[in-house]
Amino acid sequence: MDNFGFAISKGRQIDWEANNRKVADFIRENEPSFKLCIACGGCAATCTAGNFTEFSLRELNILIHRGENTKPRDDLKKCMMCGKCTLICPRGVNTRNVIFVARKAYQKFGDYAF
Amino acid sequence: MHFEPFIIPFNLGLYFILIYAVTRSIIWFRDLSRSDKLRLQRGFFGKAFGQSLKEIFLESLIHRKILKTNFRLGYMHMSLAFGWFLLILFGTIEADIFGETHLNAPYKAIFFKYFNPDHGKTFFESGYSFLMDFILAFILSGLFLAVIKRLSPKALGMRKTTRLKTIDKIALTSLWLIFPSRLIAESLTSGAYGTGSFLTGSLGSVLASFLPARAVAYPFWWLYSLSLGTFFVLLPLTRYLHIPTELFLIFMRNSGIRTGDKAGAYSEVQVHSCSSCGICIDQCQLNFSAGINHIQSAYLMKAIRNNDETAEIAYNCLLCGRCDQKCPVGIELSPIRMIQRRSGESENNYINTWKGYFRNRQNLPLQKLTSGISYDFLPENNPQSADILYFAGCMTHLTPSIKNAMTTILNASGLKWSFIDEKGSVCCGRPLMLAGQDKEARELINYNSQIIWKSGAHTLVTSCPICYKVFRESYYLDVEVLHHTQFIRNLIEDDSVKMNFLNKRVTYHTPCELGRNSGVYDEPKEVIRHVARLEKTDFDDKNSLCCGGSLGNIKLSYAKRHQIACDVTGKLTKCDPDCVVTACPLCRKTLAQATSTQVVDICELVAEAIVIPSAKKNTKYNDLRVRESAGIL
Repeated sequence: MDNFGFAISKGRQIDWEANNRKVADFIRENEPSFKLCIACGGCAATCTAGNFTEFSLRELNILIHRGENTKPRDDLKKCMMCGKCTLICPRGVNTRNVIFVARKAYQKFGDYAF
Repeated sequence: MHFEPFIIPFNLGLYFILIYAVTRSIIWFRDLSRSDKLRLQRGFFGKAFGQSLKEIFLESLIHRKILKTNFRLGYMHMSLAFGWFLLILFGTIEADIFGETHLNAPYKAIFFKYFNPDHGKTFFESGYSFLMDFILAFILSGLFLAVIKRLSPKALGMRKTTRLKTIDKIALTSLWLIFPSRLIAESLTSGAYGTGSFLTGSLGSVLASFLPARAVAYPFWWLYSLSLGTFFVLLPLTRYLHIPTELFLIFMRNSGIRTGDKAGAYSEVQVHSCSSCGICIDQCQLNFSAGINHIQSAYLMKAIRNNDETAEIAYNCLLCGRCDQKCPVGIELSPIRMIQRRSGESENNYINTWKGYFRNRQNLPLQKLTSGISYDFLPENNPQSADILYFAGCMTHLTPSIKNAMTTILNASGLKWSFIDEKGSVCCGRPLMLAGQDKEARELINYNSQIIWKSGAHTLVTSCPICYKVFRESYYLDVEVLHHTQFIRNLIEDDSVKMNFLNKRVTYHTPCELGRNSGVYDEPKEVIRHVARLEKTDFDDKNSLCCGGSLGNIKLSYAKRHQIACDVTGKLTKCDPDCVVTACPLCRKTLAQATSTQVVDICELVAEAIVIPSAKKNTKYNDLRVRESAGIL
C-alpha cells in the first residue's frame, strides 16, 4: 500500500473489557486521598524525577484510574520518593503513599508484577 | 517435715522460669554476630561490667530515668521492682538467720511465715519483722498506684496507658494478686500466733478477732503460691519478660553492641526489654496532637513480640526521635522501626515458635517489593571545580527564598563556591531509605557522590537537614559536610561577613533531622543570637517538636499533618515573637501553612542582616534570581 504519510489514528476510547481497575481499587482502599486528585499537574511540575525524564504522576493517575496499567507499572520505577509532590498538592493527596501503595499493588497482582 | 502441697505451683513456676531464662540467654548469645560475641565477652570481663551493675541497680531497680520524667510513675515502677528485690533479698536472709538450717530452698524464704509462724517474738526478730512489713507496705503502695493507673492514667500524670491482650491481663492479675495474697496470708498466720509487725500483726489481730485465722490462712497461702506460679509461667509470653531481659540488654549495650540495620539478637533483646511503661506514648506527637494512639513504639515492640503484622504501625511514624530520647530502658526505637520497614528486603525474619515461648530466626523467600527500580535516566554530570559545594536539596528547591538567601550569603563570603544542583537536584536518597528501600537509595547516593568527588571540593554545604544527615551517615565522602547553620556560624567566627543586629524577637524551631537525629543544637542558636533576639520556648533542644511534615511518615494524611503543625506553631508563638525561625525547608513550609506569624529559615534572617558593600547591586541580582526561580516553578 502506498505510504501517504498519514494513517488512521488508534481508537482512544476506554476499553472496559480489557482494562483492569484492580490496581486503582487497591490504591483507593489503602490511600483514600487518591480520590481527591483533580489532575492539576502540580505534582508533575515539581517532580524531581520528572526534571530529568518523562515522568508525570498526573498522567499515571489518569491511566491507573482508567485501568491501563502497563505504563504506570514501568514509570513508577522512576520515582525517588522525595515527597515534593505531597507538599505541593493543593488537594492534600498523600501522593508519596499513593506511589508506595501502587508499587505494592503491582507486586501483589501478579500479572503486573515488575 | 517442711513440705506442703501448696508450694508446688511456686516451685514449678520458679524452676521453669530459671531454666527458660538460661535457655533463652544461650539462644540470644548464639545468635549474635562473631564480633558482637567478642564485644560481649570483653565487656563482661572488663570495665563495662561494673558500669552495667551500676546501671542495673539505678535503672532496673530504682528506675531513675522514669523517676526523672514522671515521679509518680517512677515511684510505681520502683516500689514494685526495688521493693520486690528487697523482699526477696531480706526474705532469704531472714530464712537463713532465723530458719532451722542455712542455705534453704527458695520456697522456705518465700513462705517463711507459714513454716515459722512463731517468728517475731523476741526483740531482734520483731525488729526484722518490722523491716519485712515495711518493704511489703512499700510494694503495696506501688501496687495501689498501678491499679489507679489502670483505671485513670491521668492520675499518674500520663495521657494514655498501654492497651492489653487477654494473656497480658491474666499475667497482670496474677502479678497484682501476689502481694495482697501474701499480706493476707501472713496477717492471718500472724494473727493466729500473735506475731507480726505493724502491718501483718495489726491486720492479723483484727482478722483473727472474728475469723478462724489458722484455717482461713491456708487457702491464701495457696493463692499466693498459685499467683506466683502463674506469673512465672506466663512471663515469657508477656511484657514481663522485660524483667530478666533488661539485665541482658544493659550488659550488651555497655559492651558496645548496637542495633545495626538488620534484625538480630540485639534487636530481639531490645524488643523484649520493653516494659510498655507508656512513656513513648506520652511523648508522641501523633498521640497528643493528632489523636493517633495505636502506632507508638510500645505497640510496635508488642506487635513484633506477638508476631503481628507491623507494616501499618512501622510506616505511620514521624521518626522524630522523641521516644528514643525518653525511653527509660534506652531501647533504640527508631532503628528497630527502620528494620521493620526494611523487612520486605531482608531474608532473615524472626518467627514465634513453641506457642510464643521462643522466637527463631528463619530464612524466608525474599519478597521483592521494588525490584527493577533504576535511575539510569539520570544524565551524566560534569560539575565545576570548586572549594565549596552547595547542595540545596529537593525541599530547598520548593522554597526558593532559602536558595536565594544562601546564594547571597555564599556570594558575600567571597569563597569559591559552586551550586551543584542549580538546575534541579537528584534526591539525596534519605526519603527512599525512610521508605525502607535502601538499595534504590544506594543508586542515588552513588550518583550524587560522583558529582561531589569530581568537583574536588573540601566542603559540602546543604540547606536541608534531611540531606545533611544522609550525607554524613550514608555517603562515603572525603569532604566536610556542613549544614548551612554550621557554615554561617563558621563565617561569623572567622568574621568574614558583617551583619547588622535586627530588631526582632524570634523563637527557634529545632528540626528533628538536625537536632535529635544529627545532634546539631548550638550552631543554629548561636547564629540567631548574632542577628536577632532569641526567645526561649518550652520545646527547645532535646524536647523539640516535629513540624508534622516529616518524610519519615508515609501514611499520615494532610489533615493530621496540618493539625500537628498548628499545634506546634501554637506552642512556638506563645510569647508572640516577630517570627518563628527554623533551619529546615520542609519545616519552614509545613509551619508557614499553619500560622499567621512569619516563618523563616535562619539563612533568610542572616541574608536580611548581612552587610554588603555594594548593597544596591546585590538587591538587583536578588530580584533577578527571584524572577528566575518563579519562572522555573
